[in-house]
Amino acid sequence: MNAPSKTPASSKLIAGATGDWELVIGLEIHAQVTSEAKLFSGSSTAFGASPNSHVSLVDAAMPGMLPVLNHECVRQAIRTGLGVNARINLQSTFDRKNYFYPDLPQGYQISQFKSPIVGEGEVVVDLGEGESVTVGIERIHLEQDAGKSIHDQDPKSSFVDLNRSGVALMEIVSKPDLRSSDEAKAYVQKLRTILRYIGSCDGDMEKGNLRADVNVSVRRPGDPFGTRCEIKNVNSIRFIGQAIEVEARRQIEILEDGGSIDQETRLFDPGKGETRAMRSKEEAHDYRYFPDPDLLPLVVEQAEVDALKAALPELPDEKKARFIRDYGVTAYDAMVLTLERESADFFEAVAKGRDAKLAANWVINELFGRLNKQGVGIEDSPLSADQLGGLVDLVTEGVISGKIAKDLFEILWSEGGDPRALVESRGLRQVTDTGAIEKVVDEVIAANPDKVEQARAKPTLIGWFVGQVMKASGGKANPQAVNDILKAKLGI
Amino acid sequence: MSVDETTVRRVARLARIAVADHEVPKLATELAAILAFVEELSELNVEGVPPMTSVIPTALTLREDVVNDGEDAEKVLANAPAREADFFVVPKVVE
Repeated sequence: MNAPSKTPASSKLIAGATGDWELVIGLEIHAQVTSEAKLFSGSSTAFGASPNSHVSLVDAAMPGMLPVLNHECVRQAIRTGLGVNARINLQSTFDRKNYFYPDLPQGYQISQFKSPIVGEGEVVVDLGEGESVTVGIERIHLEQDAGKSIHDQDPKSSFVDLNRSGVALMEIVSKPDLRSSDEAKAYVQKLRTILRYIGSCDGDMEKGNLRADVNVSVRRPGDPFGTRCEIKNVNSIRFIGQAIEVEARRQIEILEDGGSIDQETRLFDPGKGETRAMRSKEEAHDYRYFPDPDLLPLVVEQAEVDALKAALPELPDEKKARFIRDYGVTAYDAMVLTLERESADFFEAVAKGRDAKLAANWVINELFGRLNKQGVGIEDSPLSADQLGGLVDLVTEGVISGKIAKDLFEILWSEGGDPRALVESRGLRQVTDTGAIEKVVDEVIAANPDKVEQARAKPTLIGWFVGQVMKASGGKANPQAVNDILKAKLGI
Repeated sequence: MSVDETTVRRVARLARIAVADHEVPKLATELAAILAFVEELSELNVEGVPPMTSVIPTALTLREDVVNDGEDAEKVLANAPAREADFFVVPKVVE
């Protein structure tokens, strides 16, 4: 199982006491499928209901109940497969994965082991600074989620809520193509973006709707793969990065001390910053898979796949390329703008018929910056695209200066209103009347004869004068006009 | 095909079936006989024959994505050996 070794970038290697090590990471992402009803029953998938309310007798595994597959979950898996450029398998099968746990009433999970609905694909992941890595997708299969066990309510018992039992998940399995925690984080981010564009998973990691099992191993550069450990159920992108770092360190330490790695399942404890072995391995991974006799093979028509493909929205990579091409924004800005479909739409609304680079600047630096700082999503932005567009217009037309525009942004953010009307009512209009500016310049020059002397010897001091004039004008003087007039008056 | 006693105990444990010591040898013999019977199938040449998944050709039934079930916690919990509010209660299981 040794894939051809990629040449490792030396910057990605980890220095150990006895030489460099290369990290090898593969991820299994569990993404909750966006659907109204569960994978095999008609009960609701809605989050936050009272315990055991969204449970049918199928989900509770009552004897004699039969699973009936939700067509929409199939479509979502196909859309997702198409979104990662993967082969769609027109015939796939469901298998039973047998294990016992109180939140799994069936005693098995219905999954797709032998023939998944989606085969090999790939995702291109941007790493910044023009660097990118192509990550292979091994497969995507549909499976049931388990219920939830709550352990902290009682010293001697666990409480079980089956609301989640039977909700559809997509397990998206990557190839071991990732070579650093940063690459792994960027991959999860990219996959999340794709899922959200497609609408097949909301990517809400706080609710556990997107979580990852992380396979980590280390090796000497050029060697075959080392023994891997699987870190289960990591539920934030930051934790995925941390878990990989500490697990790699742990493995390197063991190997450098002459030990060997046991293949095992581990848990990441963010509080302690460590991973630890999860369960006894004596019989683990013996799930005795077999085809589920309750379910015939799933057969999908090529025509349905084609129709789903035709109806896909523009995906992040295409959108990014279009933004670079049509709006002339930088690759980095295009990446930031296309991270969320809603942000991209917002930007396009602002940029439409305006200077796109200026629009990108205001959207990214002012709006996104402010939204991030306040922890607000674009959908709850106090500023509409119309308002921000109006502000950009005022800057472009020279009605307000860049500095005043920032003040106007603040007013729009906290009070709202029409940008143009606000400029008039609050007297924010830029002073371009040279006579008025000249008057202020004259006053400043008259008040600072010593500086005038210095400025003649050292022209860069003009900046100080510009500052003084701007201050005296309440920031409303046109900076270019101020500069020009000062130069003339000071004779520099 | 022989089945040893360790295998019998392992399979029983995986299936969570209690097997008394004195039952093990008998089960080993029985399982071996079953496997031998199944083994006979491998004598057939099935190259190029797709697996038969149904005796009559039928397609998998699909449901539309509509919520039309659930919302009856009482029914679901009716047979619970123990409950607390609307939770099932089981002996503590913690990883």
